[in-house]
Formats: sequence, structure tokens, C-alpha cells
Amino acid sequence: MARIIVVTSGKGGGGKTTTSAAISMGLALQGKRTAVIDFDVGLRNLDLIMGCERRVVYDFVNVINGEANLNQALIKDKRCDNLFVLPASQTRDKDSLTQEGVGKVLENLSKDFDYVVCDSPAGIERGATLAMYYADDAVVVTNPEVSSVRDSDRMLGILASKSRRAEQGEEPIKEYLLLTRYSPQRVKLGEMLSVDDVQEILSLHLLGVIPESKAVLNASNSGTPVILDDKSDAGQAYGDVVRRYLGETVPHRFLEEEKKGLFGRLFGG
Amino acid sequence: MRPRMSVRTSENPAPSHVFEIRGGSVNVPALRLFCSDIPAIIALLQERIQQAPEFFRDAPVVIDLHALPVDGEPLDLAELALALHQNGLVPVGIRSGEPGYQLAAKQAHLAVFSEVRHEPSPRPAEAKTPPAKLPEPKPEPRPAAVPTRIIQQPVRSGQRIYATGDLIVLAPVSAGAEIMADGNIHVYGSLRGRALAGVQGNAASRIFCMDLQAELVSVAGHYKVSESLDPSVRSKPVQVYLSNDALIVEDL
Ligand SMILES: Nc1ncnc2c1ncn2[C@@H]1O[C@H](COP(=O)(O)OP(=O)(O)O)[C@@H](O)[C@H]1O
Ligand SMILES: [Mg+2]
Repeated sequence: MARIIVVTSGKGGGGKTTTSAAISMGLALQGKRTAVIDFDVGLRNLDLIMGCERRVVYDFVNVINGEANLNQALIKDKRCDNLFVLPASQTRDKDSLTQEGVGKVLENLSKDFDYVVCDSPAGIERGATLAMYYADDAVVVTNPEVSSVRDSDRMLGILASKSRRAEQGEEPIKEYLLLTRYSPQRVKLGEMLSVDDVQEILSLHLLGVIPESKAVLNASNSGTPVILDDKSDAGQAYGDVVRRYLGETVPHRFLEEEKKGLFGRLFGG
Repeated sequence: MRPRMSVRTSENPAPSHVFEIRGGSVNVPALRLFCSDIPAIIALLQERIQQAPEFFRDAPVVIDLHALPVDGEPLDLAELALALHQNGLVPVGIRSGEPGYQLAAKQAHLAVFSEVRHEPSPRPAEAKTPPAKLPEPKPEPRPAAVPTRIIQQPVRSGQRIYATGDLIVLAPVSAGAEIMADGNIHVYGSLRGRALAGVQGNAASRIFCMDLQAELVSVAGHYKVSESLDPSVRSKPVQVYLSNDALIVEDL
């Protein structure tokens, strides 16, 4: 049985797709058989971030409608044998996703995979609620600003009441906070909320902090999940996140402004 | 111990799969009428609904006719039931000793709740003690104690929590969340959302919180929004109560 992870936030542009790509690649690199699904029907871009957009034949909606089977639609990653992408449909409308259809696909994937990562669309509409409905774990992607925190909070309320686990009275979804696009400089200037501020408002287990980083844009331009750029701060931060998720104790990094190097410390002002 | 009996049939599906009759009690609010003027009843009701729409939505209600003046205009029960339905309530029955009303209830498909209160059967020890003196005149039956509702999880933006008695929240209440109680409200995390105590009109109810950052606080319909809260009480442990119809927010 696979564990189903939803990457969600309520807000668009917060880093959900970046995170879904990074986490799924990270899990696969740790030897876990992983599938990542794009729930953003009509606005698909996970395939771009994963660099498999030119190999899309069938999509999630095709599978739900029985027009293709899972094996035909799953795209195997070229860099890691354990990773498969199920792209969203760009042409169908959002109502093509049904709860029953999604449930069947996830059930089938669960037989073959260790983890299924669901990349949620923005908002609290159908696509987003379906992406979280069957989840076991939720990674709540939040940016350090008041409106994003508010949206995440709203999403947590929905997770707690409208998921399968909630409806069936099972153990609730495990919720993790992932703070992304974090800029210690701007926190210092008072332009952004600090990790502590966000923690205080959301009172949630902190899975990690991903710094605002140019590496993310470079990675998505080249179709490589940023976690593969292990020289970069964001890549390393996502690496930590995956290891933490799998149970390792890894101290948080990138919370403070970058210290000057030895040279800077000796000769800098 | 709650009585519990299975109903047996000779048919094939195992009886345990068909139904079970379980003793139990549900707490249904009563609409205790002092007059039979339906427009006046509905007008006041709509006002109350506005104060706590969530509480009244699809809420079952018992129509209590005991307090109707004996010599007043008779109440048109069917019409009242219809008007309640139209306002989103679900009348389930009446309380009345009047045979006339009991018949009208039957015709309006409403249950008649007996006047005798179902007290828990006395425990053997109590049953054995002989009455020491003549029974005194029976005091007004006390309403059954309403249990306190305790919430341990954060109340998130968009969530609404309602308690028919007191409400205790051991976690933060987020901005955009709403907590309501007929009784008192206690919040031990930060209170950032809305808190409404005494939503049924109990002016003696209070709000207690450890960290007041609320968007709105209200007692029995008297409220203050964040903007009108004095800065001196912000982010402080406070209590909120009514005194001569004025809402007081005061350091604990
Ligand atoms: N840690 C980060 N640093 C810099 N830019 C980021 C970071 N995370 C995401 N972005 C950028 O933000 C934009 C939205 O990211 P995306 O993952 O598509 O968000 P979502 O899926 O939530 O809409 C993209 O342009 C992406 O490159
Ligand atoms: Mg996205």
C-alpha cells in the first residue's frame, strides 16, 4: 500500500509544483517507488518542471475515463527508475475529475508504489479538494506572508473535515508545514513573517524551510527538479525535507542570513 | 447503562444488519411560546437566526406550549410548523398537556413529548430509602445539564464550532474561524477569530481568553469588532462580559 501525500496550500504560485517535483524525486532517489500526479487540470505544468513535457501521450483524465490504462499514461523519469509522472490534462475542464475516478486511480497506483505525491491546484475548488481527499499526509506549502498563512490555515480546516479519513472517522491526515520562498533578509527588514511567526499562527509540525533561491527558476527552466541541484541552497533544503519526512533527524538550515565566508569575516566591514 | 435491544425478524438478512433500537437521548432545543402570535414569533426568531445562523440551520426544535396563556388565542400549530420550516428549522414535536394541541400535532405529523421527565431510574440504594417526610411540592424541573464541549485541535480559518453549553478551546482559534456557545467560552491558545458567547441570549455568559487578538467578541448579541477593542487589552489575558448592556473587556 502506497502512502498518499498531497502537496497543497490554497494559494497559487506558492511553490506546490516545485515542491511536488522535488519531494517525489527525492523519495525516488532514496529507493522508494514513487508516482507524482498533476491535479491541475487545464493548467498543467508539473511535466514541464519534471522535464517530460515532450513525452506526454495520455493524461490523468484519460485514465479516469478509461481511455488509457495507467501503464500507458505513466511517464517514467529518465534520471531515476523509481519515479513516474502522471500528467494533467491541458484540454479537459475541471469537472472531468470525479471522486470515484480519482479513488480508483489512486487505488491502482497504491498496489505498485510506495508513495504517491499529489500536486494540488490552487484554490479550494474541486481539483484541490480531490487532490487531498484520499491523502494520508499533507505537506502544506506556505510562504512567509500573512495572506498565504491565512490560506494555508483555511486549507488545514478543510483537510480536517472533508477528507476521506475525516469522513470515515479514521486517524486524521498527518499535516506538515513547509515554509518556502523564505528570505531571512526580508524577515529581518520586517517585510516577511519569520519561521516562528508562522509556526505560532499555524501551530503545525515544521517539515522544512526552503529559501528563496535563483536555483529554483534555473531548475524549472531546464526541466530538472531543484533537488537534483545539490550545490544549491534550495536543492539541499529539499534534500533535508525528504530525509526528515522519512524519519531522520536533520537540523533546519537556511534560517539565518548567509554568513560571510572566512575571507569576508577577516577583511569585510 | 443504556438499554439496548435487537429486533428479531424471521426474514433472512441477519437482524443485526437491519436495525437496532437503542435507547438514547438527544438534546433538542425547545421553543417555549408565551403567545400564539405567529408573525411576532417568526419576527423574533429571524432576529435570533441572524445572530447565529449556523446554530439554527436545519436545527430540530420542540414547540413547548406549556407557557401559553390559557385564555389566549389558540395557536395554529400547522401554520407555525410550516413557518418554522420556511425559516430553516425542523420542528419535531410539541410539548403540551392539552388534548386539542396533541390532536393538532398528530395531524401535523409532529410528535407529542410526554410531560413526565424521564429521570434515570433510581439506583437500588436510593430506591430502598423510605421517604422521610411527605413529598414537598415538586420544584420546577431543572433543564438537564448540558455537557461542556472541549476542542483540542486548532480551530482553522473557515471552521465554525458551536457548543450548546460551555466551550473550551485548548488550542489557537485562527483568524477567519468562528466559535460560538450558548454558555461561556474559554480559549487557552491565541484567540484570533470570532468568539460569540451566549448566542441564545444568555447575558450572564462570558468569554475568557489568554491572548485576545479576536476579530470580534460578542456576548448575547452585544459585540465589539477588532477595531473597537482598546489597544490596552490586545494580546492580553482578558475576560469579556456584559454589564448593564455594555460589553466590558477587562484584564484577567
Ligand atoms: N524557493 C523558491 N525560490 C524562488 N522561486 C520559487 C521558489 N519556489 C517556487 N518558486 C517560483 O514560484 C513560482 C511558482 O511556483 P510553483 O511551484 O509553480 O507554485 P504553485 O504550484 O504553488 O503554483 C515559479 O515561478 C517558481 O519558479
Ligand atoms: Mg502548481
